[in-house]
Amino acid sequence: MIEFTFWDILRNLIFATRWTALLSAVAFAGGAAVGLAILAARISERPWLRRFGSGYIALFQGTPLLMQLFLMFFGLPMLGFRIEPWTAAALGLTFYASAYLAEIWRGGVEALPRGQWDAGASLGLHRLQELRLVILPQAFAITRPAAVGFLVQLIKSTALTSIIGFEELLRTANAINNATFEPFTVYGLVAVIFFVLCYPLTQYARMLERRAPAH
Amino acid sequence: MGYGLSFGWLKDAAGAIAHGAAMTVFLIACTTVLGILISILFAAARRSRYAVLRKAVAVYVEVVRNTPFLVQLFFIYFGLPSLGIRLDPIVAAIVAMTLNMAAYTTEIVGAGLDAVPKGQSEAAFALGLKPRQVFIKIILPQALKVIFPALTSQVIIMMLESAVVSQIAVRELAHEADLLQARTFRSFETYFVVTLIYLALSMAVRRLFVAGGRRVLGAGVS
Repeated sequence: MIEFTFWDILRNLIFATRWTALLSAVAFAGGAAVGLAILAARISERPWLRRFGSGYIALFQGTPLLMQLFLMFFGLPMLGFRIEPWTAAALGLTFYASAYLAEIWRGGVEALPRGQWDAGASLGLHRLQELRLVILPQAFAITRPAAVGFLVQLIKSTALTSIIGFEELLRTANAINNATFEPFTVYGLVAVIFFVLCYPLTQYARMLERRAPAH
Repeated sequence: MGYGLSFGWLKDAAGAIAHGAAMTVFLIACTTVLGILISILFAAARRSRYAVLRKAVAVYVEVVRNTPFLVQLFFIYFGLPSLGIRLDPIVAAIVAMTLNMAAYTTEIVGAGLDAVPKGQSEAAFALGLKPRQVFIKIILPQALKVIFPALTSQVIIMMLESAVVSQIAVRELAHEADLLQARTFRSFETYFVVTLIYLALSMAVRRLFVAGGRRVLGAGVS
């Protein structure tokens, strides 16, 4: 029987935190990339693409993330992919994040005055160029507080991947708890670590919001 | 490639799924009522004269909003017994869900209270109403009307997040899915069906709230 001191517990938890951080970063980056494609579909001029975009967003925002993760975990092997908890977790959170980011950015695009598109067109820009050079930079800027806020939500959501077996912070905590029988300390510390990760971002989002010019 | 989808098990599983869905609806119904009551109290406390109250509510909101719901749930269900507070899984789930949702709805309710023009309460006071009457009869209905859509979204988010209480063996929809897939070995199909049921539930809850809100709070609720 190995004895765990408080510092052993803390050290193990902090080591496990890098997986939580890495998963959050990968899911946010992946979600931004996929979300951009969904955004393009959502604001496209073709009705069927717009419908696809809004259906995609409604689907991911209307179902539990836990179910999405399970479907990834059990569904991808059926398509012939060998899948491990890490892949299922990263893919599941990427799609989840893409729906939310697309919706956030769509809000930004729609908040821009029509004249921005017209001005782009009058300069002879193609629709994609308009998006890239005129619309998206402004849409990203005004939705930055919401995007940072979503990052906080995403970091918290990584805790769910412990259920499909990804060895992040919470799963490590479960293992430590099974060895030490000190749930109060272990889960308390996990909460503190998540708080330390999330609180600065929350404050940052709040600061961005305060600094944003009124529209 | 020998894997075909099969939904033959669904006939026998319908009862269990319906039972789970009913439990999920029960959990979110309790959470909604308790959570909104608490958040009205907390929003009022946040605007009270007492600095201690204001501070305490602010700390509660920050702590809950910056930690995962699953960790809060484990802390309440596994951690609190070391302090002698032992909760039944269903009670623990409702407590965790209520405390989690209230942290978000306190802010929403507060924003609604701030949105009611000051003239409303001044007019009510001028008519001789007592402070409590002014709050319940004048301020609150108007505030609720403003925040109704945000409140509805928060309830739906909480219902979707309630899937994780399956982890402390509350027999709601997600937990029934776990049990079913262990029995039928049809994991993908099981979670697929249950995911669709969650989707239907969240659409139904939104409809219900919009219809109910129109009746209770009057027109203009969307």
